[in-house]
Amino acid sequence: MADASLSQIFLATVLANNFVLAMFLGLCPFIGVSGRLNTALPMGAATTFVMLVASLCAYGLNYLVTAFGLEFLRLISYIVVIASAVQLVEMVLKKYSPTLFRALGIYLPLITTNCAILGVALFQTAREYSFIQALVFAIGAGVGFTLALVLMAGLRERLNLAIVPNVVQGAALSLMLAGLLSLAFMGFAGLGMGG
Amino acid sequence: MIPGRQQPTNLEEFLEGLWKQNPVFVMVLGLCPALAVTVSAVNALAMGAATTFVLLGSALLVSLLRNFIPREVRIATYIVIIATFVTIVDYLIAAISLTVYEALGPFIQLIVVNCMILGRAEAHSSKNPPLRALTNALGMGLGFSLGLLALGSVREIFGSGSLFGIALFGADFQPWVVMLLPPGGFFVLGAWLLLFNWWRARTPAALKAAEVQSHG
Repeated sequence: MADASLSQIFLATVLANNFVLAMFLGLCPFIGVSGRLNTALPMGAATTFVMLVASLCAYGLNYLVTAFGLEFLRLISYIVVIASAVQLVEMVLKKYSPTLFRALGIYLPLITTNCAILGVALFQTAREYSFIQALVFAIGAGVGFTLALVLMAGLRERLNLAIVPNVVQGAALSLMLAGLLSLAFMGFAGLGMGG
Repeated sequence: MIPGRQQPTNLEEFLEGLWKQNPVFVMVLGLCPALAVTVSAVNALAMGAATTFVLLGSALLVSLLRNFIPREVRIATYIVIIATFVTIVDYLIAAISLTVYEALGPFIQLIVVNCMILGRAEAHSSKNPPLRALTNALGMGLGFSLGLLALGSVREIFGSGSLFGIALFGADFQPWVVMLLPPGGFFVLGAWLLLFNWWRARTPAALKAAEVQSHG
């Protein structure tokens, strides 16, 4: 994995190994915020930004932690850095776009507990990506997350107009929809793997 | 505690997580590990046990420290406490069974960001004495394991024709591979939720509440 080319990494994380639909990371915001299209896109952008910051910091931290032989501190230091990055995004958003800040609501601080973010940090460590590879991986993961969120939001906006039996409504319906979307993404399997 | 509300008994605390507020089927929390690792019943059980351990440890510590943690930094403190226990469980599983460790992979470390655990720390452990917090955490942990097992067994039975590694259908069985793939996870959980919704909609109390309830 360590010698994969940049385009391979990018394509694989956006499509074939999409974080949400193929690896089940970041499902809570995926189900929670994907109700409307105009919140899905900013949410995806915010998450991508946090992923990028987290990936940068995680690379530095991993270097430090390995240098001092403190591998057992890796997880704790990662999560603290992610929590701070989320705080930063929250403050910036509150200052520059209060409307968006309110629209995202509780899901903004919850980015901290978005598995996709920690997932980026952990996977890049496990796969021993170089610095540039890690950056591309983080961007790819963010773009993939946004793509899944936007697709799902579009589907759900349509679905609001459809007549659905009461029993199916809510999470069950979202999950079935996600299953179909995931099935469609299976078609990309193998993309970016070759070479 | 909210004044005027009757203190629930220990049994009620325990049953709340196990059944009434089941994290997987009722609250739909902690989905990421629930879907990612449940390709077999054994994996599901291991994940459930690890989560329960972390839940118990963090509930005890958060509850003991509840009067010392300043409100402003409580979330950060909870996360550090949870991360500590996850690190312990990560090393424990690696020491006990390397096959399970490799099957679960980074998802053990991802227990840190299981929203259910942070939710419990914030909503319950930080307001209750240790014993009560532990009882509730045990109920939640078992409820979560039960949910994972329900997912894992269905996916293993259909996907590989076995349960706990024991073949069920003989040599002629054609495995339903999609169950082991990501879409299968979504479909099986969706189907379980459907079943629960249907079952709940049939109790008389739910029929009355149905008029009031609105869905997003």
